[in-house]
Amino acid sequence: MSRVRVASEMRPWPTGPTGLPRLLRGSREEAVSFAAHLDTYGPSGVAGSRDLLAAIGEAGVRGRGGAGFPTVTKMQAVARGRGPKVIVANGCEGEPASAKDRTLMRESPHLVLDGIAMAANAVGAEKAFVAVERTRPASAEALGAAIDDRARFGEDPLPIQVVSVPGRYVAGEESALVHWINGGDAKPTTVPPRPFERGVGGRPTLVQNVETLAHVALIGRFGPEWFRTLGSDDEPGSALVTAAGAVARPGVCEIAIGTRVGDLFDAAGGPESELGAVLVGGYFGTWVPIADALDVQLSNAALRSVGASLGCGVVAALPLSACPLAETARVLRYLAEETAGQCGPCVFGLASVAEDMSALARGDAGRTIVEDLQRRSRVISRRGACHHPDGAIRFLRSALGAFPEEIGLHQHGRCRATSAKPILPIPHGPARELAWR
Amino acid sequence: MTIHLRLDPIACDGHGICAELFLEGIELDEWGYPIVSTTPIQARHLEHARRAVFACPKVALSLVDDS
Repeated sequence: MSRVRVASEMRPWPTGPTGLPRLLRGSREEAVSFAAHLDTYGPSGVAGSRDLLAAIGEAGVRGRGGAGFPTVTKMQAVARGRGPKVIVANGCEGEPASAKDRTLMRESPHLVLDGIAMAANAVGAEKAFVAVERTRPASAEALGAAIDDRARFGEDPLPIQVVSVPGRYVAGEESALVHWINGGDAKPTTVPPRPFERGVGGRPTLVQNVETLAHVALIGRFGPEWFRTLGSDDEPGSALVTAAGAVARPGVCEIAIGTRVGDLFDAAGGPESELGAVLVGGYFGTWVPIADALDVQLSNAALRSVGASLGCGVVAALPLSACPLAETARVLRYLAEETAGQCGPCVFGLASVAEDMSALARGDAGRTIVEDLQRRSRVISRRGACHHPDGAIRFLRSALGAFPEEIGLHQHGRCRATSAKPILPIPHGPARELAWR
Repeated sequence: MTIHLRLDPIACDGHGICAELFLEGIELDEWGYPIVSTTPIQARHLEHARRAVFACPKVALSLVDDS
């Protein structure tokens, strides 16, 4: 018996695709059938005897939802829990400038579902959910069709249900998702207990971003060594990122981790005009002055040197013609409006700094504005139930650090911007969800 | 024995009674919400901390034994 198992563990991994793309190999135009998916990637080998947790650990993949937590650590914590587990594939992409998760769900839904099936086997889950925003019905449609298609082949070892979630910025936070699936508002809850301890239906629950699960699907097919042929030792693999702002062809791009910001922009058609700064990591991210931005590599190790991290993978180009303080003020106001309204420092603190930032951008702030913003930043950080206030404050602080000259000018009522056209997107109209239920 | 205070920020409504009863470990921010010290509570302050916990109308404060 043991001899058979050793033999199967020693079996070499099938050869994986070389280079890029890894995740986005399907058609960009039409829905991907399960048969076409198998043609592209081969069988998932869900029923195989390999130790998936060991493979994921060796691959060193990290979560792609924003926090960058080691995937294997999270999976092991869930696997250690008692009784049947639950998996929640997180396809909520509340980040307004990000399009990577919905692109993945539309173009490669079967990779996400393969990842769920494999992770379910690895942690002992009997039920799974894919959470998508109800403001983006195309994601739910693609996943629903893919689930039906697979059912004819008996591909999935557990029921997978698509759940539509209010499209609020914090609704995709993992405790908020669990609360929503359990019948509550789509708002974060006080932790602990964290979802891996007590989540959906009180069960240990693995909440994992859909891109992370798609990487798991490929590691389960082609093994950790293949996974590590792109990226660096510390941060292996490819990543889906969204090039946004003043580039000719904004959109989703799959890069090897460590790709230069400038090369990403070139892949997105190049800058449309002279750039003033780059926002890395979305609206919880970091402004990087243009002098440092284009040569920095998109890995957390490299981004640390400019105070940034990859976050949700949004890399937005700000043209020199735009006012970085006005952009910061608009985003900060949006983040303040997106508070779940539960924690005082988030409700009142974010509203207060958003107002101050707007006054600064308009050029009618008092002389102590920077000190006031710094002081309030310190007071607000780490005092919410979730990290929403921390992310907003991180973004604000990066603006204070990146744009000292513009701040000085604005304090004298001046601004170098030549255009008032908004660059960073803020959802409005039907795309702006205001409900929590 | 090391004991510290834990605040449930969702439950807290900013009544502020805690800061009056346990001023050694809690101050209020400009919006009236408590900033709770994360350092272990000294034995001589423990009684004040307990009073703050019991007085909170939202049951948002608790004592956590780390030892």
